[in-house]
Amino acid sequence: MENLFSNTLDGYLFLASLLFAIGVLGILIRRNIIIIFMCVELMLSAVNLLLTAFSVHHNDPNGQVFVFFIMAVAAAEITIGLAILVMIYRNTGSVSIDSLKKLKW
Amino acid sequence: MKTIILLSVLGIVAMMADIFKYRAVLWYLVLAGIGAAVGLELLEWNQNMPYYGMLLMDNYAVAFSCIILGLLFVWFLVSRDSYTGQEFNDADHYALILFSSVGALLMVSFVDLSLMFLGIEILSIPLYILAGSRKKDLSSNESSLKYFLMGSFTTGILLFGITLVYGATGTFHIERIASAIGNSTMPVYFYTGIALLVVGFGFKVSAVPFHFWTPDVYQGAPTFITAYMSTIVKTAGFAGFYRLFSTSFSNARMPELMEGTTWSILVIVLIVLTIVIGNLIAAYQTNAKRMLAYSGVAQAGYMLMAVLVSQVEDNTKSSLMLYMASYGLATLAAFTVLYYVQKSKGSDEFEAFTSLGKTNPLLAAVLTISMLSLAGIPPTAGFFAKFYLFTSVLKANPSLLWLVGVAIFGSLVSVYYYFKLIISMYGSDEKSTAEVPTNMAYQFILVAIVLIILFLGIQPGLITNLANL
Repeated sequence: MENLFSNTLDGYLFLASLLFAIGVLGILIRRNIIIIFMCVELMLSAVNLLLTAFSVHHNDPNGQVFVFFIMAVAAAEITIGLAILVMIYRNTGSVSIDSLKKLKW
Repeated sequence: MKTIILLSVLGIVAMMADIFKYRAVLWYLVLAGIGAAVGLELLEWNQNMPYYGMLLMDNYAVAFSCIILGLLFVWFLVSRDSYTGQEFNDADHYALILFSSVGALLMVSFVDLSLMFLGIEILSIPLYILAGSRKKDLSSNESSLKYFLMGSFTTGILLFGITLVYGATGTFHIERIASAIGNSTMPVYFYTGIALLVVGFGFKVSAVPFHFWTPDVYQGAPTFITAYMSTIVKTAGFAGFYRLFSTSFSNARMPELMEGTTWSILVIVLIVLTIVIGNLIAAYQTNAKRMLAYSGVAQAGYMLMAVLVSQVEDNTKSSLMLYMASYGLATLAAFTVLYYVQKSKGSDEFEAFTSLGKTNPLLAAVLTISMLSLAGIPPTAGFFAKFYLFTSVLKANPSLLWLVGVAIFGSLVSVYYYFKLIISMYGSDEKSTAEVPTNMAYQFILVAIVLIILFLGIQPGLITNLANL
């Protein structure tokens, strides 16, 4: 473990990858749509953290500006997602993705 | 750039239609606006105009923008019927479609990865809403949610890829990324980043094994939204994919691992899986809309071949353009016929098409020609699109002959399911003798689309000569 974090950038890389993987796993295994939305946000937060770390590392402000773009877009996206969720809740009375299985091959 | 501004303004104008009560003329206004946008776009030809290091209007961007605007124009022509009814509010829909196509234009002209990300999001977010625009219909809801979840998941993956590439090169500018790669050795996470970008774009253009959302979303969404997703969105996705990978990663090598670029092996796997699995599953479909969705998945495999050889052969650009134009037009025509059949018979299974050849010879002929074009049978545009694509792959790398063989095998399978639809149209059935009602104007538009498909088949040079960009 001592070696792993000797370079500070590696620590950020490790943490961000871990957060990202938790987000991906959550999307794949959770059935509640709201939890899935939270996992999407977790993935984007991992990206934001890593972008900021790289931005400081390269001494280049572009990375941090990108973070603001991601935050704004994530807010817009989650708004649409919650609207879709409300629409589905009105029709099915449930927020679980198991309530949606009309379309299958 | 002017086009992007014009389309955004047009979207706002469409949004205001209900407030200022010009909904009756909105459709004409939008068509005129898109026409003007094509004109403005053509003014940028050969200008190579950079915009603040974010957009570059080179001829590649101009040509793809024109294809997207042309498809958008056709989309507005054929989709009017479904929006003049009471079911939808046409002003809102037009606004969302226009905003979404702004994203498509950004995706073909970016030179900075942040603009690429914004383009993808502007393209996708309105579509999440549009896919669910039948609020009471459960399959539309499901389609919308699936599209949203897959879309935001993909965005996360793409962003992580962008971040890793940024971490290794220190820039978001696609040309500076290429020069930062140079001949220096890159950290391992750089290659992880490229792999994540391939996966992200694989989701966006629905390549197997990242295709599983496509049939569900396409089947559940309203027909014309599906048509929009499978033509314009796909064109923009491939244009962005090609632009990024041909500019930035053409010399991303890991010499100790393999020859050639590191990502090409990934793309080859995607191509083989997409062509084989996409075509085989499409052959089993009994629902026409779902069959068209799987055909779109399978076609993505051929289009990926252009991305694969992008770094070697410059005229793959024009092959991709011809392919996109012919695929887009044929798909739009097919979805329009599907819409009318579905509207009058209430079903989009293959049986609903039975004896269409007798009751509506014109619709059947249009569908036949678009199917022939999708299957790649001469003299339609689809044949030459495939022909040019395969030859440019062989020219770039003769050792890829086996891949072209796989692609040709895939096209042979695709002939089977496209002809299944044609045969069911010309089969007769006493029960369904009612004519599918259509309007003179739409028949005229459909005939015009078919004529363009045939004309591109006779004169493919019209688009392929753009190669010398």
